Amino acid sequence: MLISQIIVHVVLLLVMPPLLLGVIGKTKALFGGRVGPPLFQAFFDLIKLFQKGSVISSTTTWVFRAGPVVGLATAILAGLFIPFGGHASPVSFSGDLILFAYLFALGRFFTASAALDTGSAFEGMGAAREVTFSCLAEPALFFGFLVLAKLSGSLSLTAMLDGPMPNSWGAAGASLVLVAASLFIVLLVENSRIPFDDPNTHLELTMIHEVMVLDHSGPALGMILYGAAMKLFVMCALLLRIVAPFDSGNIWVDWGIFAVGMLALAMVIGVVESIMARFKLTFVPTFLVAACLLSAFGIILLLR
Amino acid sequence: MSETLRMLTLHNGGARPVQEVPTLDWQQFRSVILNSVASGAHVAAMFGHVPDGKDCVEIFAVLADRESGQIHVAKSTISENAYPSLTIDCPQVHLFEREIAEQYELLPEGHPWLKPVRFVKSHRSNHGTSKRPLIGVTDFYRVEGEEVHEVAVGPVHAGVIEPGHFRFQCHGEQVFHLEISLGYQHRGVESKLMGGPNKRTIHYMETLSGDATVGHTTAYCQSIEALAGCKVPARAQVLRGVALELERLANHTGDLGALSGDVGFLPTASYCGRLRGDFLNMTALLCGSRLGRALVRPGGIVYDLDESRAKELLNRLETTMRDVTNAVDLLWNSSSTMSRFEETGKLSLETCEQLGIVGPAARACGLECDVRNDFPAGIFRMSHIPVSTAVTGDVFARAYVRWLEIQRSADFVREQLQALVGGTIKTTLGELAGEKIVVSLVEGWRGQICHVAMTDPRGHIARYKVVDPSFYNWMGLALAMRNQQISDFPLCNKSFNLSYCGHDL
Repeated sequence: MLISQIIVHVVLLLVMPPLLLGVIGKTKALFGGRVGPPLFQAFFDLIKLFQKGSVISSTTTWVFRAGPVVGLATAILAGLFIPFGGHASPVSFSGDLILFAYLFALGRFFTASAALDTGSAFEGMGAAREVTFSCLAEPALFFGFLVLAKLSGSLSLTAMLDGPMPNSWGAAGASLVLVAASLFIVLLVENSRIPFDDPNTHLELTMIHEVMVLDHSGPALGMILYGAAMKLFVMCALLLRIVAPFDSGNIWVDWGIFAVGMLALAMVIGVVESIMARFKLTFVPTFLVAACLLSAFGIILLLR
Repeated sequence: MSETLRMLTLHNGGARPVQEVPTLDWQQFRSVILNSVASGAHVAAMFGHVPDGKDCVEIFAVLADRESGQIHVAKSTISENAYPSLTIDCPQVHLFEREIAEQYELLPEGHPWLKPVRFVKSHRSNHGTSKRPLIGVTDFYRVEGEEVHEVAVGPVHAGVIEPGHFRFQCHGEQVFHLEISLGYQHRGVESKLMGGPNKRTIHYMETLSGDATVGHTTAYCQSIEALAGCKVPARAQVLRGVALELERLANHTGDLGALSGDVGFLPTASYCGRLRGDFLNMTALLCGSRLGRALVRPGGIVYDLDESRAKELLNRLETTMRDVTNAVDLLWNSSSTMSRFEETGKLSLETCEQLGIVGPAARACGLECDVRNDFPAGIFRMSHIPVSTAVTGDVFARAYVRWLEIQRSADFVREQLQALVGGTIKTTLGELAGEKIVVSLVEGWRGQICHVAMTDPRGHIARYKVVDPSFYNWMGLALAMRNQQISDFPLCNKSFNLSYCGHDL
């Protein structure tokens, strides 16, 4: 039984992320009165990219090639720590939430280093922006984890999110609302979504994440896109368990609830992207500080 | 007034003998320009011309006085290789002086920033080495210091757009200075026009800046018709006006969509993208070409609009305008978009006047300038379109002026089509008169289009000068970016939406 659960977890982690991008794309197209790209476009893109060759600038070093690999590897690894729905994650130990957060940091470190390695002014600018915004997003994430840890009395993601979540809403609903709001902001920032970044823009000067990967091509770019989709998937899974902690009792029905919930969350992101313009870049840090404050007040409510 | 007496006075699209243009010595020439500009005139053009068989250069100045609706022309002969620059006292001529320096090897002494404009070889074949300089290879303004960095963008860009090089001096995200270096699209149109008009001329005119086909072609036809002394039928004038306003509608709508696209506001971006196409299709209904090619020709227009198509055009205008209103209202009602537009890329009225900015960019700063109103020609003598202005001079103002103009242009087209005058659409042009000069101004969708034509004794073009609105406005974009966020550059750029090939010619 356990093995089958692990297999489902890994298969979902590997296969579902590009579908979320498709759902977001379709939602945005709907708001724009367009047909939009097919639901499975991200899969087609990945297949296409992995069949291509790569162009690598002669001024770059191994760091440039390591960036996409580390980015994808850390995303997959982080996906193994997070429980999907009410199911235990394949790997868990006390304190894994710290590793979870810093796996993403490691991936970001290599992506930013790879960007700096090209020596391009654009990519340097993008790296500076990404790193600045991430270090403001980090406290918001940790304050959120702190609330969950306090509620569950555990420092493992599985224990925090699995068992006690349905009951926690009754006990500390107000805190959880604040944490969910804060994590939603973190989710949008970390995955370079509107209103913080525009994943579809072609304007290098306005980009944050996209500009760092301009020099990557072929399979390397494929790994970056796949890694980014997976990061989105993992963070959505974290948020989904907090906002919708439903356990039906039947383990297979729970998997269904999880999958539908993820698609619904992708639609919510699509709606946000459709009805908002991007913030001015200088306004993003302000918003991230607000996210930190939301989480921090979540803790205060628990301690009263 | 005494100053203007020393110049030849013209009306928009009125030809006069070239001999009547007074030749002033440089001191008089200088004071005439400075005094006219001080009293509000706009330097519409300043260009060099080598008289037949002489080894000197005549510099012509064309000053457009918006208050009186008159155009004043004077010239000065330079036989040395240098002359004292006017730019310090009259910044409006800065780019014209650079252009003359490049084309005629005349050094404007004291010009604060003398650099090539288009990196072309000299027009004076008997002078110097006459090799075309390497494009883009020049000194750029540099800010030195810790934490100051330089960002170079282009000439090849990420989107499918024209080539141009932008160099930013930045401190973190803040832009200290932006320098724009163009010339990559230079085709040598002005020299190809010499000795014309011939079969190719009209096609050069239609493609001076492809999205302003009707504007440039109308300006050209206006000047050729004046030289030939030909009277254009009223019906042709009306339909030219309709085509010009349809061009404005299409481009302004496209711009509003592109502005929202740049800040990631998708609904307006996708709706306006489609609606721009609807306006282009209306132009196609008029002449079979979405860009208005092959419609305007010297002597009139080529395709008449029969009653059923006029009706169809009106119907389409109604439905499209209803959709545009909805799409643009979404934009104004979205607070996140407005927070991006407001206070971004501000240009002051003073800077605007000093640099001689034209079109929606100038009107967004509160400058009341509109060729259709100030120097009316054709149908605009009969039907007046109110000048649309705003006050703040930021991206929002430039977007809002576009929206006002969309509404007023639609009203104009509606009004004209409902009571279309009858008659023919074309007359025969006849021979061009010799030794004449004509200045033709048209309000294209980007702003004032200025064409100056001079003929030789045989009635052929001796000099044809084209000034696209982009030529006046590029410097405005550079100044609007000062102390802005570098991430706001694409937005500011789009709010000006200038032409590269119109500048490079």
